[in-house]
Amino acid sequence: MEKELDKREEELIKYMDEKKKLEYPESYLIAILHKAQELYGYLSKEIMLKIAYYMKIPTSHIWGVATFYHYFKLKPIGKYVISICLGTACYVKGAQLILDKLKEELKINIGETTEDMLFTLQEARCLGACGLAPVIMINEKIYGDLTPEKISEIIKEIRKKEKKLQSNVAKN
Amino acid sequence: MKDEKIKIYINDKPYIVKSGQTIMQAADSIGFHIPRLCYHPKLSVEGACRVCIVQVQGMNNYVASCAFPIQDGMKIYTNTPELRQARRDIVELLLDNHPEDCHTCERNSNCELQRLAMSMGIKKRHFVGEKKHYNRDLSSPSIVRDPDKCILCGRCVRICSEIQNVHTLTQAYRGFKTVVIPAFDEDLAESVCSTCGQCINVCPTAAFIEKSYTQELFEKLNDNSIVKVVQFAPSVRAAIGEAFGFEPGTQKENELVAALRKLGFDYVFDTQFGADLTIMEEASEFLERLQNKQKLPMITSCSSAWMKYLEQFHSDLIENISTCKSPMSMMGALIKTYFADKIKRDKKEILSVAVMCCTAKKYEAARPELMIDDVRGVDIVVTTREIAWMIKSAGIDFVNIKGEGFDNPLGLSSGGGAIFGVTGGVMEAAIRTAYELYTGETLIEIELEELRGFNNIREGKIMMEGKEIRVAIAHGLGNASKLLEIVRKEPDRYHFIEIMGCPGGCIGGGGQPYAGSSSIPLDENVLKKRAEALYGLDRNKTIRRCHENPNIQKLYKEFLGRPLSSLSHKLLHTHYSAKKPEGILPAEFKVR
Repeated sequence: MEKELDKREEELIKYMDEKKKLEYPESYLIAILHKAQELYGYLSKEIMLKIAYYMKIPTSHIWGVATFYHYFKLKPIGKYVISICLGTACYVKGAQLILDKLKEELKINIGETTEDMLFTLQEARCLGACGLAPVIMINEKIYGDLTPEKISEIIKEIRKKEKKLQSNVAKN
Repeated sequence: MKDEKIKIYINDKPYIVKSGQTIMQAADSIGFHIPRLCYHPKLSVEGACRVCIVQVQGMNNYVASCAFPIQDGMKIYTNTPELRQARRDIVELLLDNHPEDCHTCERNSNCELQRLAMSMGIKKRHFVGEKKHYNRDLSSPSIVRDPDKCILCGRCVRICSEIQNVHTLTQAYRGFKTVVIPAFDEDLAESVCSTCGQCINVCPTAAFIEKSYTQELFEKLNDNSIVKVVQFAPSVRAAIGEAFGFEPGTQKENELVAALRKLGFDYVFDTQFGADLTIMEEASEFLERLQNKQKLPMITSCSSAWMKYLEQFHSDLIENISTCKSPMSMMGALIKTYFADKIKRDKKEILSVAVMCCTAKKYEAARPELMIDDVRGVDIVVTTREIAWMIKSAGIDFVNIKGEGFDNPLGLSSGGGAIFGVTGGVMEAAIRTAYELYTGETLIEIELEELRGFNNIREGKIMMEGKEIRVAIAHGLGNASKLLEIVRKEPDRYHFIEIMGCPGGCIGGGGQPYAGSSSIPLDENVLKKRAEALYGLDRNKTIRRCHENPNIQKLYKEFLGRPLSSLSHKLLHTHYSAKKPEGILPAEFKVR
């Protein structure tokens, strides 16, 4: 795990070094924050401090940018990010029931993460798959034609898979 | 191009103005004051509030006059009925998301939003919507942040970054949830805030105010078991008149002494005595460093916001900092020792109060490094604004009061002590004394014009027995950063540096009376008048060199021995150390 952390930091520093060679390096702040979120999943205070010292950009400035854009996550997110589409087509086809079911299964609200750090629930406006409405997206994968029953199954499936993975880790 | 004259029309009347200006600047130059809020001439143009909109013929939308450049033949309208309505709507919308507590607000009758609403002719609130609510940040010993009062003009954010180069604040989040806050939503006390209080000076409302200690002080003033001692800074006398309707630059030294006695203080002392003492110690320390080839340039340490800034942003230069405490803290130390002995009271039975032009002094007074044994040298610090309010609140007629003199032994001061309050003054006073200590001769030409004025960074030279002493002065923390960059590159360029945390020095401190309806915050004309008041005090004194102050001489004879003696070191000197959070200076910083 520690090795992996080092690798991520190495990559972030390499990325910042590239930007530092360009004119107006501080103008690449958004790109650097994107990179950091891609590597770490979210922007922690530690990472933002690292970027601040390395790029010589005051922390208040970074905080202003990081909080302005919804894309940037300021809290750790789960392994599975579930985006529920609440766009018109999905909504008409019963997205509210899907959302209610997700909240019930995961015991969290939109924007929150389960305690076991497995699931994060977020809303989306349109995922471009209206023909499959109502849809959700889990990480990069789309699930369509959903019913509340199907939601239970999908969640159960993921939990089972994760449990198996964990017991394998424990055995090794 | 810039000096080219062009013709513009304002409300259909032709005017010849300089090209290269914004509509607002051109209008100002011919006597049209377009209403404004987020604009400040010393800060970058934000164009956030839209209060300064005007109509320009040929444009579909209203334009923000603070940001829109003039063109030859441009037809500008500043007062049409539609425009007046739009402007009023904008201010009404600001008011909608603002508490309705003017009558209990600190800034009541001195609030730009209030004045604006009045001038727009707003008689009632038409829009009723959701109001934001945040907790007040009371963590800092100096400054209170109250986001509920904030109208997001961004002046505080800009002064903190563009003038002070501290970058404590940002506008975080977006839309309705936008809030002015330090990084990571942390409290001010955990942030890099230097406590200089310039955010208070530029805030149009009460979103930033000083942490008030007036209630506590009123209570203590009624306690007859303690001896109540007060000192006040040079700049307080140069500005307090403004809070009572006097013209800027009216010095009110004796009136303030009388008012403080009426408030209930038993002894009124002068921080300028502390300033004289600081010069004795500081000039001696400088000469010692010079003669023993120790760390130079020596940098002054009397500005408390500057010291906090140094510890967080420039800790590599701590060795260059004079170990002298500030005049306020030297006074505090003497009040609790030398003076306590004189009146035969225990130091715990003395309440030591300081009236300062400064919010950072509240922070300084609480620094553990400055304790005298187990008590604080200064127990309570109140600002010029707070003491003006207390005087009014206690029903003291300051306008007609008969002036009185200071108490002794800590009330007599030289002209050198008086000019401490203006940028360059400490250096001037130090040179007056150092010259004589070094050469044994009296410096005749004591008004050092090259050190005066408000240029960002000033340099000067003085010859002492054939040795050239090079000095530099910076005021405002942004200018300080710039000067320190020069020091890092050329360590031998200067011998002695004076730095003041606030623009203009203490006269422009974060605790001074608010700008009135005819002046703006940080108004250079007001600063000049306050400075002139202090230079006038200096000129009118028979003793103008700190070391000639007979009470200072007596203090050394009776108590301290000599400058830099072991007792001096114990009471009047301290040490600074790097502090967290470590501040970050942007790679590119241009002083505006």
